[in-house]
Amino acid sequence: MTESLDHIAPGQHAQITEILHNDLKPQLMEMGLIKGRIVEVLFTAPFGDPIAIKLNGYVLSLRLDEAALIQVKTTNELVNS
Amino acid sequence: MKIALLGNPNTGKSSVFNMLTGLRQHVGNFPGVTVDKKIGNIKIGVETHKLIDFPGTYSLYPRSKDEQVVYDVLNDSSSQDYPDLIMVIADASNLERNLFFFSQIYDLGMPCILVLNMNDVAQRAGKHINIERLKEAFPGASIEGINARLGTGKERILSLLENAADRRPENKFLKGSEICSLDDLQCQEQEASLRYQQISGLIKEIQENKEIPKKDMNKIDKILVHPVFGYVIFAAILMVIFQFIYSFAAYPMDLIDGWFAELSVFLSRSIPEGIFSDLISQGIVPGIGGVIIFIPQIALLFFFVSILEETGYLARVVFIMDRLMRPFGLNGKSTVPLLSSVACAIPGVMAARTITDWKERMITILVAPLMSCSARIPVYTLLIALVIPNQTVFGFINLQGLVLFSLYALGLVSALVVAWILKIFIKTREKGFLLLELPGYKAPQLKNVGITVLEKVKVFVFDAGKVIMAISIILWALASYGPGDNMINAEIEARKSALAHQLDQEKTEQLIASEKLEHSYIGVFGKSIEPVIRPLGYDWKVGISLITSFAAREVFVGSLATIYAIHDDGEENKRLIDRLREEKRRDGTPVYSLAMGLSLMVYYVFAMQCMSTLAVVKRETKSWKWPLFQLAFMGVLAYVGAWITFTIFS
Repeated sequence: MTESLDHIAPGQHAQITEILHNDLKPQLMEMGLIKGRIVEVLFTAPFGDPIAIKLNGYVLSLRLDEAALIQVKTTNELVNS
Repeated sequence: MKIALLGNPNTGKSSVFNMLTGLRQHVGNFPGVTVDKKIGNIKIGVETHKLIDFPGTYSLYPRSKDEQVVYDVLNDSSSQDYPDLIMVIADASNLERNLFFFSQIYDLGMPCILVLNMNDVAQRAGKHINIERLKEAFPGASIEGINARLGTGKERILSLLENAADRRPENKFLKGSEICSLDDLQCQEQEASLRYQQISGLIKEIQENKEIPKKDMNKIDKILVHPVFGYVIFAAILMVIFQFIYSFAAYPMDLIDGWFAELSVFLSRSIPEGIFSDLISQGIVPGIGGVIIFIPQIALLFFFVSILEETGYLARVVFIMDRLMRPFGLNGKSTVPLLSSVACAIPGVMAARTITDWKERMITILVAPLMSCSARIPVYTLLIALVIPNQTVFGFINLQGLVLFSLYALGLVSALVVAWILKIFIKTREKGFLLLELPGYKAPQLKNVGITVLEKVKVFVFDAGKVIMAISIILWALASYGPGDNMINAEIEARKSALAHQLDQEKTEQLIASEKLEHSYIGVFGKSIEPVIRPLGYDWKVGISLITSFAAREVFVGSLATIYAIHDDGEENKRLIDRLREEKRRDGTPVYSLAMGLSLMVYYVFAMQCMSTLAVVKRETKSWKWPLFQLAFMGVLAYVGAWITFTIFS
């Protein structure tokens, strides 16, 4: 089942299935958010926004608005660090 | 030879820059943009090469106005900054994302060096990189692994520089790729996708991952971004910083103040009397003093801010504050500039440099001076002592303290409200976003901290300092000279009247100073604006002080003392307060009534009575448009606010 990254709870892993069309899309991709990648939601800021995710080799924080552009499916696979 | 220094943020790029150039660096301008350009000299043998530090960026394609400079310079061989050689710094512990950017640069076909920094961090994370194999993947580039934090690898980079410019990539890393145009997002997306695909394959070949039980960074983060502890810790750190800027900076500032006062006296005695002597001892020397006096606050703030930045903590502050600041058109990164403006807006405005989004940065700079700074304290305390009774309300709250607190709150609230309004009116194509890397925690490097402090102080003294000097000399001239025979007549009249009242020498001098100020250009100007400021409850004496305190808000107190011919005794201004209480209007009511005092306090909460802030805003926005806009809107706020206050309370 696909959902967007802003709905994934901290501690869960998710695989990126698609990034919705948006002006930010190339930038998200350049930061390493590419289809097929696995990310882990690490923690959220107070008030639940922004969130911090772990992806290949580093920790990235992004606002919920931005996370909503990233379609994922939850998985049990781990992030390769 | 010109060498461009490029790389992702948080790769230790500035550590490498400092390691290679040491103190042989200065700050210049990239034409047409507000980004500072740091240039350092590298000496190899008899040749000196220029190392140009570009803004940190994740991609060749710009995602903010500041980053555009990278794309513009590298695609324009006629640019004065067009490099002969590009050096890309990459974080070895995060090779994939860093190689993404490097491969874009490689595909430009220009001579380039890849420097893999922070090998120790990579090794601790269990990553081993096969550099020989990496070299095969980028045959046209020179590649070297170093560790700038430990200071190793400088010699190897220098020896690479000697002949790296002669080699250039012959084939592209991403076959058939062409540079996309800036507005062709689809082309950029496609490129990103293909590039990452190829890099992923490469990483599998060149990087060995050993399983190492990891120290859980997460634990520290969970405390630092905790809904309660996160803010408590941030507040505690702020308290320490404020203590230093607010209280401890006062000692060196008093010393500087004293030295320049003595220097003025010394010079006025040793140079033969005349305009020249006055210009130096009363115009130029106090003008320089007025610039130097800000150094302790600027140095202290940037000492702390760069330590917080180096450790990686600042990114967490941005993370926990972003949601709170966003409704006002601000960004988590606006937090430090705004809060440091409570000490002084000048370092606050300079600290807004870290905000990458242009609109959010402008809004932060524009509202920062509304936060009540320490220069307002002398004005507030004088006026509070003058018109607010020292009594307790609701059983335990001191009324004077309550008023002081309200003034600070008014400043904060107005800053947020104005930010919210500006958010609507400042138009921009860019949509605000926050894609922020939370870097791993590191010990701060004192060398980097020291160089940052030095750079900020230099920028302030030499760039903003010029404007401050110019304005203070103009203000001095306007206060020391008057139209026609005004000044001479004023002195003669003062002497006559002193003689008639048998005043001692000190009193006579004070009376002369008072009469002279009244008849100077500023005095004439202050009188002529009286009709404008009368609705606020002010007379021409206040008018004069408003004009002179454009130099700095605290001048208001000294200026009133001069006008009323009272020695500025510093001891809570007791004599001045007594004298002001006696001041009556023609109808016998006191001039300094509750309504007038409150109106003046509100005026000082809002008004841009600080030429140094204007100078620094001009320096940071690289245009007179923004400081003048700021002067205007703060002036309107001050006038309207003061008028409403006066009307309500009278």
